[in-house]
Amino acid sequence: MPVRARPLSPHLQIYRWQIGNTLSILHRFTGVFLGFGFLALAYWFVALATDSHSYRSAAHLFASPIGLLAMLGWTFAFFYHFLNGVRHLLWDVGQGFERAERRASGWLAVVGAGTLTVGVWLLLWHFERL
Amino acid sequence: MSLRSPLGQVLGLGSAKSGTAHWWGQRVSAVALIPLSLWFMFSLLLLPSLDYSTTRAWLQWPVSGFLAILLVAVVAYHSYLGTTVIVEDYVHAEGLKLLGLVLLRFLHVLVAGAAIFAILRIAFGT
Repeated sequence: MPVRARPLSPHLQIYRWQIGNTLSILHRFTGVFLGFGFLALAYWFVALATDSHSYRSAAHLFASPIGLLAMLGWTFAFFYHFLNGVRHLLWDVGQGFERAERRASGWLAVVGAGTLTVGVWLLLWHFERL
Repeated sequence: MSLRSPLGQVLGLGSAKSGTAHWWGQRVSAVALIPLSLWFMFSLLLLPSLDYSTTRAWLQWPVSGFLAILLVAVVAYHSYLGTTVIVEDYVHAEGLKLLGLVLLRFLHVLVAGAAIFAILRIAFGT
């Protein structure tokens, strides 16, 4: 029997990038990033429990340029992971598997997360929290 | 041909029914986080101010303190399950993987413990 190279499973080097795998990677990435947000949240709770001086230091850190950038990132990561998570939950109950539905829900997660992020930061600006 | 192990055939046992525990825990905690995370985000947004005394007064209200503790616990559990899969998927050296998994578990319990203890201190006053 002639020995032929057998087809291999999709490999990163020949895999055509599309919205499905991009959003899947983004889901993991935002999840890990939110894990660091959880660290920041725990620090905030501990500072709030310590005294007003520690709380002011924490608030100062969060209001620094890097702090604001991180919080902007966490806002988007939260909304994206939230919406794409709901998308996964719908798949788990057998809904939305068709190609067009998958694409539409994927774009909805990205655009929705962007819109909600802008909305929350507009609210922060409106309430003069920035 | 049976795919069951010889021991399983003799004892007449089925599966241990724990094969989907990780997957299921991830989904259930995700569902719990839908209301918890939205409550937390919008509560903070709607507070009249985020200064020291206003924020503490908010957490001293029993419902807020209770929900904040639940949020921290469920986030830690959900994050632990998620990051565990990532280490299992991408860390192939057995020793390093084991170390990573143990560290992840310690880190999540440590951070959640510190946050919950802080919320309790605020709730019961020090």
